[in-house]
Amino acid sequence: MPWSLVFEQLLNGLQYGVMLFLMAAGLTLILGIMNMVNLAHGSLFMVGAYLAVAAFNWTGNYVLSAILGFLGTLVVGMLIEVIALRALYNRDHLDQVLATFGLILFFNELTALIWGRGSLYTSLPSWLQGHVTLFTGSRYPLYRLVILGVGLAVAVALWYVVTRTRLGMLIRAGASNRTMVAALGVNIRLLYTVVFGFGAALAGLAGLMAGPIYAVQPGMGEIVLIQAFVVIVIGGIGSIRGALVGAIIVGLVDTMGRAFLKPLLATLISPTAAEAAGPALASMLIYLLMAVVLALKPAGLFQSR
Amino acid sequence: MKRGFIFWAAVIVILAALPPAVNAIGQPFYIDLVRRIMILAIAAASLNLILGYGGLVSFGHAAYLGVGAYSVGILAFYGITNGYLQWLVAIGASAIVALAIGAVSIRTSGIYFIMITLAFTQMLYYLGISLDVFGGDDGMRLKARSQLGFVNLGDAVQFYYLCLALMLVVLYLIHRIVESRFGMVLRATKSNEARSRAIGFSPYPYRLVAFTIAGAICGLAGALYANHTNYITPGLMSWMQSGDLMFMVILGGIASTAGPMLGAFALVLVEEFLKGYTEYWPVILGPLLVLSVIFFKRGLAGIVGKPHA
Repeated sequence: MPWSLVFEQLLNGLQYGVMLFLMAAGLTLILGIMNMVNLAHGSLFMVGAYLAVAAFNWTGNYVLSAILGFLGTLVVGMLIEVIALRALYNRDHLDQVLATFGLILFFNELTALIWGRGSLYTSLPSWLQGHVTLFTGSRYPLYRLVILGVGLAVAVALWYVVTRTRLGMLIRAGASNRTMVAALGVNIRLLYTVVFGFGAALAGLAGLMAGPIYAVQPGMGEIVLIQAFVVIVIGGIGSIRGALVGAIIVGLVDTMGRAFLKPLLATLISPTAAEAAGPALASMLIYLLMAVVLALKPAGLFQSR
Repeated sequence: MKRGFIFWAAVIVILAALPPAVNAIGQPFYIDLVRRIMILAIAAASLNLILGYGGLVSFGHAAYLGVGAYSVGILAFYGITNGYLQWLVAIGASAIVALAIGAVSIRTSGIYFIMITLAFTQMLYYLGISLDVFGGDDGMRLKARSQLGFVNLGDAVQFYYLCLALMLVVLYLIHRIVESRFGMVLRATKSNEARSRAIGFSPYPYRLVAFTIAGAICGLAGALYANHTNYITPGLMSWMQSGDLMFMVILGGIASTAGPMLGAFALVLVEEFLKGYTEYWPVILGPLLVLSVIFFKRGLAGIVGKPHA
């Protein structure tokens, strides 16, 4: 097996992992702090991608459209929180799952109504289109490295905010005892709206960066959403560190599985059997991983509470 | 009790009178529609057993719909069209899959349980997509409808009455299970796990048996559904389908005998109604569902009678 190919797929896995992390970070904060299951997080991923495309067609400037997409998703997220989800914090998970399921139907269809059911394709500006020659000699798309860099930068920024700032202190306090935090005079409602908005904006950031690589279409957030849930369950709910580690594991396992499981199986069993079993097993791999992790550590790898 | 009797008598009379009535007005389309609703009601009723009475929020119940449907489809593919054998395999296979999934999942609780049941169903969904022999992503045609001897499933009206009878049997069966000693323990583990442990009932085996029974019944619904659509796709196991089943249980009224049936009727009929107006019907259905969760806590069955504790 050529090692340059393995290295390239490793980078792809890392890039997919940090994208999942952007999704999972918001999801795990919202679950950890507000005890809220938000299936509509995948819709926010989609909203970010669509808003960025719309902004690009309007302004023609890539960076500006990315900023507008990020801010737009922040606003949409806060609106969802204030209008619909605030009423659900005191309900059980079942009600939250169902209500946010209804939101998914709404958002998927709304984007189809506005932008049509077909996929939109976006082009990157010329300064992001190039390739980088890796030390193994193969060429790797610059844009994927940029995603990797942005994702890691967000991870560092999140770590700083959560562990070193007053807002982060409130977030951590809210996660461990919200009644006490409210009793100390913190406006917990506002805190929730802010956290939800930034979680949404991170999902939007993941979506708008994914736009040029994957197709922008209604329902594009759903697979990412389910995989992000796998990430936070593996990592441990409420833990940002768990979300990062879980996202990297899931991103690598999924990407490497899709790339190498079939040839690997072909050396063990007959090539025709590998042809059939390889792709099936590859797409089931992360769910198997989750089942194994939950069977061994029912509260995930990094238990936060 | 009396109110319940009148309600069930009305349900049976209306549903039994439906085929001649819609044939008389020249709208046989409604026979197919109500048949589909009754099949989904069986699936929703099986989910209600674990979700409503057992408190197990399974977000992957569509899996057994798929296992049941694929059992029938795969047997028919290999030329085995005996309906009794097919349906027995459908029920048995769903029960075994449910037993395996339940054995791992029930060890977790809360959000972890929701997610792990979703994950297992996703696995089966992707398995269905990658089975190229059986159509893969596109699904496959059912080679021939199940041969049952006394009813001809190719006849829309006969199939309708079979579904009606099976739905009533399933609703009654689940009612009896819930009222039995076993059902009492199951409900006790939902309302207070610590107390049920304290009086000597470990929840795990009861939950697992209920989970398996629910899977088996949903497998029957899957076998019926395969015959209904004559076509089997992995989409039957998609998470949207699981969500639909959950909504039927909640809309109808959780932990009530008639709830899943009422919920199935409500959800599908509202869907069909909206489809008549706009291609973009989920834009309206979505917010309606959100509102129903926020404001309509006891569901439709709350109008008919009180739910169980």
